[in-house]
Amino acid sequence: MAECHPIGFRWVMKAKARGATIIHVDPRYTRTSAVADLHAPIRAGSDIAFLGGIVRYIIENERYFRAYVVPYTNASTILREDYRDTEDLDGLFSGYAEGTYDPTSWQYQGVDLVPPAGQKDAASDLEGRAGDNLARGTNDERDLSLEHPRCVFQVLRRHFARYTPEMVETTCGIPAADFLRIAEAMCAASGREKTGAICYAVGWTQHSVGVQYIRTAAIIQLLLGNMGRPGGGIMALRGHASIQGSTDIPTLFDLLPGYLPMPTVQHAPDLATYLRAHRSDSAWWSEMPKYVVSLLKAWFGEAATAANDYLFDTLPKLSGDHSHMATIALMADAQVRGYLVIGENPVVGTVGGPLQRKGMAKLDWLVVRDFAPTETAEFWRVSPEIARGEIATTDIGTEVFFFPAATHTEKDGSFTNTQRLLQWHHRAVAPPGDARSDLWFAYHLGRRLKTRYAASTLPRDAALRALTWDYPTHGASHEPSAEAVLREINGYTVETGVAVDGFTDLAADGTTASGCWIYSGAYAGGVNQAARRKPAREQTWVAPDWGWAWPANRRLLYNRASADPAGVPWSERKKYVWWDAAAAKWTGADVPDFIVDRPPTYRPPAGARGLATIAGDNPFIMQADGRGWLFAPSGIVDGPLPTHYEPQESTTANPLYAQQCNPARLQWRRRDNPYHAAYADRRFPYLLTTFRLTEHHTAGGMSRWLPWLSELQPELFCEVSPELAAERGLANGGWATLRSARAEIACRVLVTRRIRPLLIAGAVMHQIAVPYHWGGIGRVTGDVVNDLFPLVGDPSVHIPESKVITCDVVPGRRVRAPHGAVSPQAPPHDLPRVGQRTAEPPQVTPSPNVKEKAKA
Amino acid sequence: MRRLPVLRPRTERADRVVKSICPYCAVGCGQLVYVQDETITDIEGDSDSPISEGCLCPKGAATRQLVTGDHRVNTVRYRAPYATAWTELPLETAMDMVADRVAAARDASWEAALPDGRAVNRTMALAHLGGATLDNEENYLLKKLYTALGIIQVENQARI
Amino acid sequence: MIDPQTMGFLTDATLCIGCKACEVACKQWNELADDGYALTGMSYDNTAALGASTWRHVAFVEQPIPAVDTRLLGYDGRAGGGRIAWKMLSDVCKHCARAGCLEACPTGAITRTETGSVYIQPDVCNGCGYCVPACPFGVVARREDDGRAYKCTLCYDRQQGGLEPACAKACPTDSIEFGPVERLRAKAAARVTELRARGVAVQLYGEDAAAQPGTGGLHAFFLLNDEPEVFNLPPAPVVPTMGVGRSWLAAAAGAVAISALAVGAVLLGRGRSR
Repeated sequence: MAECHPIGFRWVMKAKARGATIIHVDPRYTRTSAVADLHAPIRAGSDIAFLGGIVRYIIENERYFRAYVVPYTNASTILREDYRDTEDLDGLFSGYAEGTYDPTSWQYQGVDLVPPAGQKDAASDLEGRAGDNLARGTNDERDLSLEHPRCVFQVLRRHFARYTPEMVETTCGIPAADFLRIAEAMCAASGREKTGAICYAVGWTQHSVGVQYIRTAAIIQLLLGNMGRPGGGIMALRGHASIQGSTDIPTLFDLLPGYLPMPTVQHAPDLATYLRAHRSDSAWWSEMPKYVVSLLKAWFGEAATAANDYLFDTLPKLSGDHSHMATIALMADAQVRGYLVIGENPVVGTVGGPLQRKGMAKLDWLVVRDFAPTETAEFWRVSPEIARGEIATTDIGTEVFFFPAATHTEKDGSFTNTQRLLQWHHRAVAPPGDARSDLWFAYHLGRRLKTRYAASTLPRDAALRALTWDYPTHGASHEPSAEAVLREINGYTVETGVAVDGFTDLAADGTTASGCWIYSGAYAGGVNQAARRKPAREQTWVAPDWGWAWPANRRLLYNRASADPAGVPWSERKKYVWWDAAAAKWTGADVPDFIVDRPPTYRPPAGARGLATIAGDNPFIMQADGRGWLFAPSGIVDGPLPTHYEPQESTTANPLYAQQCNPARLQWRRRDNPYHAAYADRRFPYLLTTFRLTEHHTAGGMSRWLPWLSELQPELFCEVSPELAAERGLANGGWATLRSARAEIACRVLVTRRIRPLLIAGAVMHQIAVPYHWGGIGRVTGDVVNDLFPLVGDPSVHIPESKVITCDVVPGRRVRAPHGAVSPQAPPHDLPRVGQRTAEPPQVTPSPNVKEKAKA
Repeated sequence: MRRLPVLRPRTERADRVVKSICPYCAVGCGQLVYVQDETITDIEGDSDSPISEGCLCPKGAATRQLVTGDHRVNTVRYRAPYATAWTELPLETAMDMVADRVAAARDASWEAALPDGRAVNRTMALAHLGGATLDNEENYLLKKLYTALGIIQVENQARI
Repeated sequence: MIDPQTMGFLTDATLCIGCKACEVACKQWNELADDGYALTGMSYDNTAALGASTWRHVAFVEQPIPAVDTRLLGYDGRAGGGRIAWKMLSDVCKHCARAGCLEACPTGAITRTETGSVYIQPDVCNGCGYCVPACPFGVVARREDDGRAYKCTLCYDRQQGGLEPACAKACPTDSIEFGPVERLRAKAAARVTELRARGVAVQLYGEDAAAQPGTGGLHAFFLLNDEPEVFNLPPAPVVPTMGVGRSWLAAAAGAVAISALAVGAVLLGRGRSR
């Protein structure tokens, strides 16, 4: 966290000064470890074993916050009789067949299907069954004593029973004594007076079982009563300024804005089928039709009517995995003709670089928008394949367009930070030359295409013809108004055009429009709420008047859980949101995440539907049963409980189960994507993990051109322990060549005790850590580390496993031809060019300070 | 002790100070952008921000070099098929060419239905990547446009 | 008693996370060039030393710790390894109460400002370089292009506008604090007491004339979690002119002779491979 988010870590240091204990679990000893109370080096890819050990510790030592767990989680819910756990099936759950799971047996007793929270087609074969089956509170069975053998709590206890401290030691390499110290420290941050937080950088997600890493953390935080409470929670520390925004308003294949699922062939062609498959009858997702219809009204305007299903049937449909890895594979098979890459550099930032470049060489055309040409834009000129002579520039027929992009200082717009906070940045200066915002590009490309298809009568062009695209523009470059776009995202009443104040104003009858329901309220009152900047010192510590957080400017989700079931704060010290009986409403430091006038004593009547099903003590209003899910009956495709599986590539057998890897992981078995599957194979005896440095930014396009950053970390290196250095003859400052089953790269060597050999299942295991920021284009260049990684991924979210592979390392720079090309206009080393020197010229007249000297 | 002639911070000569947000990671630190004669003369932390209280990390502190550095390319570059070098294109011409290519690829590859007859209304010949560094408004227009065009292979760094 | 107008830095190694925001914020404000792009192999330190274009420099010290405390990460040694400490400190011009550079400067380019900082006036400096060996810390350096001497100005221009120095403002963890030296001394003393009570071995470096008579005390002083030498700070720095005749000519001559040893010691091990 100190490495990648130093300003986020500012608050950790403040907490430390007030007595907080900081525990850092990481394969490497980093700048975070340096100031932590305790650093535990862990084997990359073994986190579920570690976290699962904590779950077991909490349960077996009865350290869970029972007063929170019983009412607020699904611990007491009874599961179906035909559910079988990994304990029963040696690493598999019931429902497994040919690489996928049928989650039917994971459901609650008496409920056909618990709809996941706004989830997509996680279980597409269950389509249509989710509609009318969960009248929560009436027909799910519970045992508040938590003793029923099939209640979630007991299932959880059995599932994690084998995650003992000794098993943690043998699996993760963390000595049992240290593990116990960590587990105890976490348990100590629990209860009425205390909370604890778990922060992770997104390396946790980059595993073939990545979602389950986060799930395990969620289980710990629910058991300890750390969700929805100040100082608690799970914080994803994300790496890009608006990466949260780009999932909220998704440039992602499987989502529409606001986590509405993209339509799939199973749910086509009509809106009713789609809604029946995805909405819930209970809790907040029962409101989904309002959000879908409002989205269609925002996009298709007057053309969208109830009679034509709001043009829902014109939307494209998914028929499988169309994620980035799938697209790369399709591209390598010459099935993709055009590729638009906007502000991203996949050749460096993504696994499978060689496959990516192979695919791009088969495109008809490629568009790249960035500040300067990237490795992706110049793949036809600079690549390991060209350096090795495997392909020549003159063999590559891809037409490439590079468009210069405007920077954040040259355009208006909002970023959504990792805490869901929308913050507006204002245009300071005009972009230089032909540089333009991506808003300009999208708008003017759309304008051209709408003109082109304006006269078409083909059904396939109906959506584009109907698409609302009338944004005001300004200036000589006809820059579209970002505020007008935010206003459409916020939503408005169709008849009057007046901005709505929030998603509770939206309707399912076509009278409202909203481009992203969770952002509804960002333009409440016709005011750009994201641009609010009331200084921190002039408001409360929650700072509600700085920017705008979705949903409804709520800073802490599920904050009703910060009060006990009766609505009273768990403690004075941790009070946040509570029930004000006199005023008959929820109140507190934040916008309450609850129906504001629903008393804690409210119980849904029999046969209740929709929001009426949310009981007064159900804080988790987005879940169909209003409770935090220790056990996930749906929404995650590789199991209802987290289970330790070895990564695709590992140096050891799974110490816990016969099942080696996640049985539902995504794989691409093809000759250009080889895997190293034999864990005892001495050709690749070490683990390799990647990381980021404070001084660089992801794929380097925003840092490796900058002299001020490049000088701080000029070259690609690997970190190895002194023991591995001795074993392989590596010298500090020298060169090494790293090899995986797919590629080899060269880098410098840092021999450091910050990397420590671990004892895994009684044998010494070495890990090598490499930052991945380098590529062949820039002021400083280096080999592409992600070239070493294969296409393999998590099945729930399609994220590649880019944090662990097996490798070998040998001394010397054995890669045949180095990278090192730089863009033509950029000298490799010069003075910083930051515009003209603007420092005030010294105006001191020569006057020897003899007096001063005499005094001295 | 002798007083030096007055030496003032250059930010006092700025024509305007523009409130901004750091473009690097997702912490979202506040930035102040000082502009003098339409040139950015300083970017530093915004002390009003409850997130950053005026601090910046090394990347954030280097932002002025990111936005004013000589690495930036300010014209459209074009590489013709099999060519060994970039050439330049006028912006409007390049936009027209991209629109031509999007339309051509879409029309040539349109998939109204799967072989089993179920409607899909899409093209698999076009794909997009990017968004985590973009503004919400930009992602919104892109997703809206692509979806209307039938482009479903839309992805960004959040997946990567 | 120090003049309440005297301003300085307290740099606290126990709070430093080695992010180098101070180095970059300094370069941004003062528009300084990079020092070249070479990996030194010295932990995460690639700028290597203070110089004409690096006025803040973060030192990284990796220290193996014998695995004596089995309660803390009880590593049994079968696989090798052991515990490690990684210490970081942001070094800077000390703005000595008695500044060797200032005393050695024959042109009067180096002056003491009204806030007590030591400031080199670039338009007065003639590049003679006498100040370079006169600094017992090796802070002052000449730029290759114009030959003149440069170092931290304590952001003199920013101070005139009521702004704190760029490095202190950027520092994410408040490891660098700017303020009246009098207040910083009190704060540092309290911090030392607090840390020692928690069992952390710390010491102040150059906090006043009594602690460091050779410089008369530092306006930019340090709270260290190890011996000064560990961070490449001389344990007992002495301004070369100390004890030499009052004539500035004599002082300059003395600087050349006396400082050679001191500077040599400071610079030892700072060479970087380019």
